[in-house]
Amino acid sequence: MRKWLAAMLLLGFHGIAAAAISSYQFDTAEQEARFNQLSQELRCLVCQNQNLADSNAGLALDLRRQIHEMILAGKTDADIVNFMTERYGDFVLYRPPLRGSTLVLWVGPFLLLLGGAVVLTLIVRRRMAAGEEAPLSDEERQRLETMVRERGEKQ
Amino acid sequence: MKMRYLIPLVIFAALVGLFAVGLRLDPRAVPSPLIDKPAPAFALPQLHSPETTLGRADLMQNKVSLFNVWASWCVACRQEHPFLMQLSRGGEVPIYGLNYKDERADALAWLQRHGNPYRASAFDYEGRVGIDWGVYGVPETFVVDAQGTIRYKHIGPLTPQVWRDTIQPIVHQLQGKTS
Amino acid sequence: MLPELGHYALILALCLAVVQGIVPLAGAARGVDNWMALARPVAWGQFLLLLLSFAILSYAFVSNDFSVAYAARNSNSLLPAIYRFSAVWGGHEGSLLLWALLLAGWGAAVGLFSRRLPQVMVARVLGVMGLVSIGFLSFLIFTSNPFERLWPIPADGRDLNPLLQDPGLVMHPPMLYMGYVGFSVAFAFAIAALLGGRLDATWARWSRPWTTVAWVFMTVGIALGSWWAYYELGWGGWWFWDPVENASFMPWLMGTALIHSLAVAEKRSAFKNWTVLLAIFTFSLSLLGTFLVRSGVLTSVHAFASDPRRGVFILLLLAVVVGASLLIYAWRAPQVKSTGHFALVSRETMLLGNNVFLVVATASILLGTLYPLVLDALNMGKISVGPPYFNSVFVPLMVPLAFMIGVGPLTRWKEDHVGRLQHVLRATLAASIAVGALLPWLLFRSWAPMAMLGSVLVVWIAATTLLDLRNLTRHSPSLWQGMRRQSRSFYGMVAAHLGVAVTVAGVTLSSHYSLEHDIRLAPGETFVMGEHSFVFDGISNHRGPNYDASRATLRVLKDEREVTVLHTEKRSYTVTGMPMTEAGIDWGLTRDLYVALGEPLGDGAWAVRLYYKPFVRWIWLGAMLMALGGILAASDRRYRLARKAAQEGTGVATGSVAS
Repeated sequence: MRKWLAAMLLLGFHGIAAAAISSYQFDTAEQEARFNQLSQELRCLVCQNQNLADSNAGLALDLRRQIHEMILAGKTDADIVNFMTERYGDFVLYRPPLRGSTLVLWVGPFLLLLGGAVVLTLIVRRRMAAGEEAPLSDEERQRLETMVRERGEKQ
Repeated sequence: MKMRYLIPLVIFAALVGLFAVGLRLDPRAVPSPLIDKPAPAFALPQLHSPETTLGRADLMQNKVSLFNVWASWCVACRQEHPFLMQLSRGGEVPIYGLNYKDERADALAWLQRHGNPYRASAFDYEGRVGIDWGVYGVPETFVVDAQGTIRYKHIGPLTPQVWRDTIQPIVHQLQGKTS
Repeated sequence: MLPELGHYALILALCLAVVQGIVPLAGAARGVDNWMALARPVAWGQFLLLLLSFAILSYAFVSNDFSVAYAARNSNSLLPAIYRFSAVWGGHEGSLLLWALLLAGWGAAVGLFSRRLPQVMVARVLGVMGLVSIGFLSFLIFTSNPFERLWPIPADGRDLNPLLQDPGLVMHPPMLYMGYVGFSVAFAFAIAALLGGRLDATWARWSRPWTTVAWVFMTVGIALGSWWAYYELGWGGWWFWDPVENASFMPWLMGTALIHSLAVAEKRSAFKNWTVLLAIFTFSLSLLGTFLVRSGVLTSVHAFASDPRRGVFILLLLAVVVGASLLIYAWRAPQVKSTGHFALVSRETMLLGNNVFLVVATASILLGTLYPLVLDALNMGKISVGPPYFNSVFVPLMVPLAFMIGVGPLTRWKEDHVGRLQHVLRATLAASIAVGALLPWLLFRSWAPMAMLGSVLVVWIAATTLLDLRNLTRHSPSLWQGMRRQSRSFYGMVAAHLGVAVTVAGVTLSSHYSLEHDIRLAPGETFVMGEHSFVFDGISNHRGPNYDASRATLRVLKDEREVTVLHTEKRSYTVTGMPMTEAGIDWGLTRDLYVALGEPLGDGAWAVRLYYKPFVRWIWLGAMLMALGGILAASDRRYRLARKAAQEGTGVATGSVAS
C-alpha cells in the first residue's frame, strides 16, 4: 500500500489505472440505469478527479455498494443524493445545485451569450453605417507612399 | 471611450489575483457538513471486546472528546500516533477511536506494537459508520462536545502544531462551557 | 559528465534567449539593421542548444543513467526501449524541457520560412518569442532542472507510470505541446503587428498558415489523448471534462475562432483589433493550461506532482506575458481603424457569430473550471463542477454553431439577402430535417429527440458543404474541371466542416446507443448483449517485460457465427505494483466491441465490463478530417505567392538582408 501510494505521489500522473468494475445485480434495467447515472454524477472524494463509477478506491467501492442497496430498498435518486450531501457536502455532486453561490455559474454562460449578441449587434450596426469601401487610413497611405518612393529610388 | 481596450487587462488582473489566492488553498480538503450537527448515532463492537458495543452515548458521557479515525494500513496514522499517545497520557481530553476498514488481528497487533491511546475503539469493518461520519481520508479527528455535537473535524495527521493552534483552543472553550 | 553538459546547454540557451528577446526588438525600435539581423541566427542557436540538451536527457533515459534524479524517478531498466525514450516527457521536468525545445523549434521554423517577410517583422516576431523563451527556460533552470544528480545512485529507477506505457501516449504530449507552443507564433505575430502599428491584411495573411498548423497539431494532440483515454483507462469514456482536458480544449476552441477571424482580417481587412485580441487570448489560454496543470491549484486526474514554488513562478510568468501583451493591446489597438462596410446578412456577420459562440463556449468552460476555485477563495464552500454541468452548457452553444456551419460558407461577403439564402437552402434544410430525423430510427429503431437533433445537424452540415461545392463548380464545363479550379484552402474548409459533421455523428450515436454491462462471468458462461453473445473462455496467466498479467479470452458471436476473439488483461506492474486494465477492443467503422477485465470474484469467476459502442470511431475520424482540412488550408499556394509578393514589395524597402 505504502509503496503504491508513494508511486502515485511521485509519478507525474496519479494512479487511476485499473477499471472499476462491479457486478451488482438489479431487479430491473431501470434500476441499473439509475445506478450508472448516479455513480457517474457523484464524485469520489479520495480520488483526484474521478466519479464513483470509474474509481477503484475503497471509499468509492463502499459508496457504490451504498447506492446499490439504497436503490434496491426503493429509495429515490433525491434520497440518495441527499444521503451523500448530508455526509460529504456539495463537493460530491458533479452537478452543482442551483443556489445563491452557484447562480453565476449557471446563469453566467447565458449572460455571456447575451453580452456577445449585444456586442455583435453593435459591431454590425457600426459596419452597416460605415462608408462603402473605406479608403486607406492615413498611416496606410503614408506607408504606401514610402514604399513607392523607395522602390523608385532603388530602380 | 478608449477605456474599453483595458477591459481584457482588468479581467486578467482579477484572474491573477484569484490564482494567487488559489495557490495558498488546498483543493483536496473538503469541509464537513456535519460541523455543529449532532454526531451520527452508531453502535459497533469494540475492537478489544467484540461482545461490548461502543456508541455515540459513550462519547458524550465524558464531556468533550476526540473521535479519531484510524487503521493499521494507513501510513499517515503511524505519523500521528506518537502524538496521540502523548495526548492520551496528558489526560486533557478522552480519545475514542474508529478502527476503519481494518482486519481485527492487524489492528490489535498494531496497537500492541505502537501503544493504545484510545479509551476504546469501535470496529468498523465495512466502513458504514465511516460513511455516516463523512470519513474520506484516514486519519481524521472529530471534536465532539458534551451534548454530542460535532464541533470540529481535522483531516490528516494530528500534529502538535495543529493541536496547539487549532484544536486545543476549541477543546478548552468547549470544556469551559460545560464545567 | 554528459548531464552537466546538458545543463550547460540549457543555461547557454537561456543566454541566447535573452539576446533574442532584447536585441532584435531594440533593433526594430531604433531601425538598426544589424541588431535585427541577429534574430534568426540566435533563434537557430537556441534551438540547437535545446536539441542537444534534450538529446542528452534522452540518452540518460535510454542508457539507464539513474544518477540523473529525473530519470531515476521516471524510468526503469526493464522498461521497453521506446517507453524509456517517451519517459523523457513522462514527468514535469522533461515535459517542460520538451515545451521549451518545441518553442525554440517554432522560432527556428519562423526564421527558416520567413525569408520573404520584412526584416522588421521577423525581428519583432522572433524577439517576442525569445521573451517567452526566457520565461520558460528560467522556469526550467531555476525550479525544475531535469539534469539534477542523485546520490547515492540507485540500482534501478522507479519506473514510468504504467498508464504512460502506451503508443498513444508516446505521441500525445508532443503533438499537444506542438499545438500549445505553436500558438505562440500567432501570438508573436499579433504583438509584433501591434508594436509596429502594422495591423493589416498582410499581417493576417502571414500569421494565418502558422496559426492553422498549430491548430492542426492541437487537434491531433487532443484527439490522440481522447482516443488513449478511451482504450487505456478501461472505462470506455473518451472525454471527462477534467481541468487538464479543459486546459487543452479552451485554446483549441479559441484557436478555432482565431482561424475564422483571421479569414475576415485577411480577405476583408475587418475585425483586426478583435483578431489580435483572439491571438493573445489563444496563447494566454495555452499558458493558463500550463499553470493549471503544473501548479496544483485544481485537482485533476492528470495533475503533475506539484510544488508550490513552481506554482508561484509560473503564475508570475503568466502575469508578465499576458499582462504585458494586454497592456500593449490597450495602448496600440485604439489607433487601429477598422475599415470596410458590410450588411447585417453577410459572411462577415456569420463569421462574427461563429466567434461569439466559440468565445462564449470557451469562457463558459473557463467559468466552470475555475468556479470551485473562486468559491473556495471567497470561503463560500467547496463544490465540484463536472461533466453534467459542462454538457448542459456546451451542447446548447454548439447547436446553433453547427447550424451556422451550414449557412456561413454559402453566405456572400459584404452583403447578402435572406431571400436568396432561403431560396438556396430551403430544399437542403427540408431534406436534412427529414433524413436526419429518420436516421436514428433507421439505424437503432429509436426516436430519442436529442439523437434526432444531432443527426439532423450532421446531415445539414454535410449537405450544405456539398451544396457549396456544387454551386461553385456549376458553371465549369465539367465537374472535374470545376473542382480543380477551387483552391486548396477551400477544400481545407470542406474537409474541416465535414470533420465536424463526422465527429458530431460519432458523439451523438455513441452516447445515445451504447450498451454497457458490468457482469460476473465464470469460464464457459455466455452473456447476451444486444445482437452479440460474449462467451468467456477463461483466464490464462502471462508475463510481460515488466509486468504480470491475467489474460481473459472472450469469444463474440453474432447469429451463431464467431465475430471476433477478444483478450483483456489485468496487469500488475513489477516495480510500482500498480494494477492496470488492458481493454480488448474489436474496432469497426460502425461499432466497437469492448471488454475490460475487473477483479476475480472467486470460483474462477471474474467481474467483466462489456461495451457495444456504435460509431464511436467517428469521433476521432472527424478530428482527423478537421486536421486534414487544416493541412490543406495551410498549404494553399496563395501563401507561397503572398510571400513572394511581400519579398518584392517590402523586402526592398527594408534593406537587402532579407533576401
